[in-house]
Amino acid sequence: MGFYLAQLLTGLANASSLFLIACGLSIIFGVTRIVNFAHGSFYMLGAYLSYTLVTHLSALGALGFWGGVLVSALLVGVIGLLVEVLILRRIYRAPELFQLVATFGILLIIEDAALAIWGAQDLLGPRAPGLSKAVRILGEPIPQYDLALIVIGPVVLGLIWLIFHRTRWGVLVRAATQDREMVGALGVNQALLFSSAFFLGSVMAGLGGALQIPREAVNLNMDLSVIGDAFVVVVIGGMGSVTGAFIAAVLISVLNAFAVLVFPQISLVLPFIVMALVLVVRPYGLLGKPGSEKGAPADPEAPLRPLNPAGRLAMGAVVVILALVPLVSADFTMILLVDVLIAVLFAASLHFIMGTGGMISFGHAAYFGVGAYAAALVVKWLGLSMVPAMIVAPVASGLAALVFGWFCVRLSGVYLGMLTLAAAQIVWGVTFQWQDVTGGDDGIIGVWPAKWASSETAYFYLALVLCAGGVWLLRRAAHAPFGYMLRGIRDSEIRAEAIGVDTRFHQWMAFTFAGTLAGLAGVVSAFAKGSVFPDVLNISSSIDALIMVLLGGIHTLLGPLLGASVFVLIESWVTRLEYWRFIFGLIILGVVLIAPDGLAGALSRLLAFLKARIRPGTDTKKEALHGQRS
Amino acid sequence: MLEVRELNSQYGGAKILHGVTMTLGANEVVALLGRNGAGKSTTMKSIMGMVRQKSGSVLYEGAEMLGRPSHVICRAGVGYVPEERRIFKELTVEENLSVGKREKRADAPEWTLDHLYTLFPNLKERRRNLGKHLSGGEQQMLTIARTLMGNPKVVLLDEPSEGIAPVIVEQMAHVIAELKREGLSVLISEQNLHFARLVSDRAYIIEKGQMRYEGTFAELDAQPEVSAKYLAV
Ligand SMILES: Nc1ncnc2c1ncn2[C@@H]1O[C@H](COP(=O)(O)OP(=O)(O)OP(=O)(O)O)[C@@H](O)[C@H]1O
Ligand SMILES: [Mg+2]
Repeated sequence: MGFYLAQLLTGLANASSLFLIACGLSIIFGVTRIVNFAHGSFYMLGAYLSYTLVTHLSALGALGFWGGVLVSALLVGVIGLLVEVLILRRIYRAPELFQLVATFGILLIIEDAALAIWGAQDLLGPRAPGLSKAVRILGEPIPQYDLALIVIGPVVLGLIWLIFHRTRWGVLVRAATQDREMVGALGVNQALLFSSAFFLGSVMAGLGGALQIPREAVNLNMDLSVIGDAFVVVVIGGMGSVTGAFIAAVLISVLNAFAVLVFPQISLVLPFIVMALVLVVRPYGLLGKPGSEKGAPADPEAPLRPLNPAGRLAMGAVVVILALVPLVSADFTMILLVDVLIAVLFAASLHFIMGTGGMISFGHAAYFGVGAYAAALVVKWLGLSMVPAMIVAPVASGLAALVFGWFCVRLSGVYLGMLTLAAAQIVWGVTFQWQDVTGGDDGIIGVWPAKWASSETAYFYLALVLCAGGVWLLRRAAHAPFGYMLRGIRDSEIRAEAIGVDTRFHQWMAFTFAGTLAGLAGVVSAFAKGSVFPDVLNISSSIDALIMVLLGGIHTLLGPLLGASVFVLIESWVTRLEYWRFIFGLIILGVVLIAPDGLAGALSRLLAFLKARIRPGTDTKKEALHGQRS
Repeated sequence: MLEVRELNSQYGGAKILHGVTMTLGANEVVALLGRNGAGKSTTMKSIMGMVRQKSGSVLYEGAEMLGRPSHVICRAGVGYVPEERRIFKELTVEENLSVGKREKRADAPEWTLDHLYTLFPNLKERRRNLGKHLSGGEQQMLTIARTLMGNPKVVLLDEPSEGIAPVIVEQMAHVIAELKREGLSVLISEQNLHFARLVSDRAYIIEKGQMRYEGTFAELDAQPEVSAKYLAV
């Protein structure tokens, strides 16, 4: 009995920590509609700052501890405010999810900054004075600090409730969560409201991190490891709902505390399984409202045009030039180019879901990874050779996309994105834990190509054929009646339904098709590297794909090709440097700020501008300026 | 008071307004008539700074408003009542009103809660209810009351008679008359010619984003072919 109570209390203490970080995320999303990956970094910064402050103030006893915690939370709030004012405010009008890419850039920068300031080793923080012991409840030792956390969570919830219901600012925040544009038309300065909401949200993240130091060592992985769970809680609770976040945090943490007793490996995937179940039953989370899934209102897109003959010629020329590369260049160039080709196919398949299908995916790496692992597994366990493995892999990833897609297309907007993330995390968790079959963290090695394809040149040609063929298939699909139907559904689901289109079925098929081709990219990658590791499935690789698509430009089919190539080339150059995350983050921010319509958009603006200079009198220049969206 | 000149607006690639020009005088009620999709709401949203891509000029008391953010335009004295009753559904009636609250303005009447409750008695009874629990008519009243809390000098009313019961339409006409009596200028967008005639001094007709007609209702009645051509009758 006492043991179960202890388990319950541990669960509740964890719930409080989780709630603190999730509620900030939920407030920020509710008001600004930014999917803020940097929230995990704010949490981590809170922990580092309070480690430093509390250690220095330890002479002051309890006052030093709690004072240090509060000051760190406020400092993190100020950092959040700076991020909002200096960066995010400039891109609120960029396409939806562009902000997400920016926040990922910020995450990278903060991670390296923390590395430079605090070093790579884990830091063990001091205990809270007066709360460092355990009390016995029904014979079981319960840390006093856990009990304190159990109190802090509901107290913070109460305070936020009071702010939201008893102050004008809080009422404005709640109003803006429902209809931001209308709040502006009623005379409220949205910029101020956004900044203040961002401040409050960041303070909560900082507080969550600061309060964590007596419980776990501060380290550089805190940001990404917490953000997944935080998103889960926000989504289960309903995006924008603080009370929902609390309920969800309790649900997840308590379930987890008991589930690990039965099945210890489950902690990694449990939150995501719960989220998937909740979303299937309640598509807006427990307390979310219809409409809460939508991002900022977007202008409709210009219709997609098939490539004109010149464009087709240019694409053909690129392929031909690539085909000639092995004649003149060294092996390492070809290895790099194979990476580019893989990334291009991977990004193009994601673009098919997002650009053409209008669905958000935060977990596209799942299908890439399933393809790679399927190939590695049949090679390792069945002894199949490369060609059969290359056939099995896309089929496997297509099946995975078929299964997960069935659930995902039932949702829309950010909820859909989060469910794709859940799917990817579940696959990752299983791969990571199922050591006997997948090798767990050690991955699977020895996945070599067939003899005839084993030279760098031969494999390069194979990759070129498969990837260019995959991209060609995706383009064909986008311009086939199927693709037109998808764009129709994307632009007006209601209208498409009204004329009798089975919208879900089309989206489901699009999801499956894109998943299959991501799997093809995965298998090409597995044989190129000779190995697979669980990394290919994690959040970062899903985000990489997202960055390629968004940086390239979501509105054109050229975007992902451009985005992926540039991404891989920059990454391969920059990762050789010290503090490459910092540099890479800066580059991402630079692109986001300079070209909010993506590289393809920037390029076409530049071309139009040049054209106008060469032939003054045409109105292309005006159009080019229009493209910037005043 | 409010002067719109050569206004062009577009959403993405779709051009919606083509050189719309119109004026609204002091203490005048003007109707903007047109069929579904003619561009009435787009005109109002453009005036209010809620359409991103636009060119031309919107002068309010001689000051250029085009390109300024909506909250600045609102604070200058232009109130906007959207179509489709965009109330805050999860907020109570009183909270909805408090969102609209702005400082008193020297050149416009001040609307207190008490004054508004006499104009909209239903809202007083339901002041602690959530927005989503109000009837359609009550929601329509709430959007107007919420905008009046900002003490505007000009009110843009987008289709006030849309989708509400005849009794409420009557009450709406009374409200508009009251606004005029208080000295406000009102621009209403309407498809309902009868309602528009009842409350307004003169009319514009917009079709496919272009102004097709401007004049009094008496003049409009003298040319039945105009309303037959541009309005659904
Ligand atoms: N956000 C938007 N994005 C794209 N097109 C839009 C948008 N809002 C309106 N439109 C288009 O602009 C045109 C004019 O619309 P608007 O809402 O101004 O018409 P309206 O005269 O108010 O019609 P109604 O009487 O139906 O309210 C329509 O063709 C409409 O489809
Ligand atoms: Mg309208």
